[in-house]
Amino acid sequence: MAEPDKTLWRRILALPNESRAKTILVAFLVSAACAALVSGATVMLRPIQAANRAAEEHARIEALVRGIPGMADLLEQSGGELSTVVIDLASGRAAQEVTPATLESALSDTDNWTDLDPAADLAGLGLRPNFAQVFLLREGEEVSLILLPLSGQGYGGRIDAIMALRGDTNTIAGLAVTRHGETPGLGGRIEEAAWQASFPGTLLRDEAGEMRFRVAQGPASGVHEVDGITGATRTGRGVTNMVRFWLGPDGYGPFLDAIRRGEF
Amino acid sequence: MAKGPDVWRVLTEPLIRQNPVTLQILGICSALAVTTTMATALTMAVSLTVVLTLAAGIISTIRRHIPDSIRLIVQIVIVASLVIVIDQVLQAYFAEISRALSVYVGLITTNCLVLGRTEAYARHHRPLPSMLDAFGNGLGYSLVLMIVGGLRELFGKGELFGFAVLPLADAGGWFTPLSLMLLAPSAFFILGLLVWAIRSWLPEQAEAPEHVPPGRMEAAE
Repeated sequence: MAEPDKTLWRRILALPNESRAKTILVAFLVSAACAALVSGATVMLRPIQAANRAAEEHARIEALVRGIPGMADLLEQSGGELSTVVIDLASGRAAQEVTPATLESALSDTDNWTDLDPAADLAGLGLRPNFAQVFLLREGEEVSLILLPLSGQGYGGRIDAIMALRGDTNTIAGLAVTRHGETPGLGGRIEEAAWQASFPGTLLRDEAGEMRFRVAQGPASGVHEVDGITGATRTGRGVTNMVRFWLGPDGYGPFLDAIRRGEF
Repeated sequence: MAKGPDVWRVLTEPLIRQNPVTLQILGICSALAVTTTMATALTMAVSLTVVLTLAAGIISTIRRHIPDSIRLIVQIVIVASLVIVIDQVLQAYFAEISRALSVYVGLITTNCLVLGRTEAYARHHRPLPSMLDAFGNGLGYSLVLMIVGGLRELFGKGELFGFAVLPLADAGGWFTPLSLMLLAPSAFFILGLLVWAIRSWLPEQAEAPEHVPPGRMEAAE
């Protein structure tokens, strides 16, 4: 430290502790040092945390697929790998310019996001990406399983999940929650396998094509409902809205139409 | 300062004689919440000990320059920053355990134990003794966490650190796990029994009753 600084520093230290200047200065210095410490740690550790989360998501997807009856064999037949497709959500077709490798950089460009009309924005997202990465599992030429990443506003923050749909695009084959900030013990139970077990076999739409899926308040009463969690009404509503948004016309709707037409 | 027996006393005193959890009944919220398995209990114990020791060191270093009027805020800011750093490190290198601990690492900030030690000891002593005292208290807390965590995991799952110790009835053994042990109330029971056992062994720890129930008073006369 330079010489004049040192004397200034000494003079500051020599101030009486209760003087206003020193109180403010100590408060400022302590918070500045703590802010630097916290931001430094966060920035330095973020790559490792991101890698952890990606590995965990991959493990969840694999566990999800293996947990669905009949799918583990299919996964083995296809060489243990799911085919990854980046789709253009608006058209429902495979994106031409964007590949899984370039998806991240494409989504860092704000041009590739669409503002959502508040009336259509069931999941409370505000913005929706134009591209999404989905996973398909084929049996011969037929698509037998579709894995769709979902995200929506829960009670305590954003919920990220992956939904597995059967090839008929209407039967849920499973759900895995990859990230959430719900209250542990209440809404946080959405990450438990016991709750997720009520998803397989649930239908999204009725015969007329109307979206009927719902997280019930209490036990499920019908093929379109899954059990609710006591004490987590808003989490349940968040999951309902998330599924309804993403499987509706503003989400994967066009893509699911394309699958039904046999384009994939 | 820092003579051999003195250091030893500062370190060992909080283990049983002055244990922060069983004698002062501090920091029991986390002691109850994270002790379902030894692994989470150990992680929590290590995190708290590290935070406690570092916080005591830092606060003791700047103790002469902390204005009295804002001393609690300054201490809490330092403790909270350390806790966030520890939480980030756990998330990066021990992702699995960090998920199991969920919010409780963050709650170290509000653990009375940390503020209690910095306020009562580090603020009046030099850095080295403060850190020793904090480390000793961290060890005392860790000891209780490990005992409660060990008992709960052993009787709740028949395992210790995830390794099967008692053969489970499901897998052809003789031991039927007590699922109560995995729920929060069991931690209360174990902690209560622990406090009782220690106070019967060291009667000087027992507090004088604050009031005597009427029936008992007549009997005493």
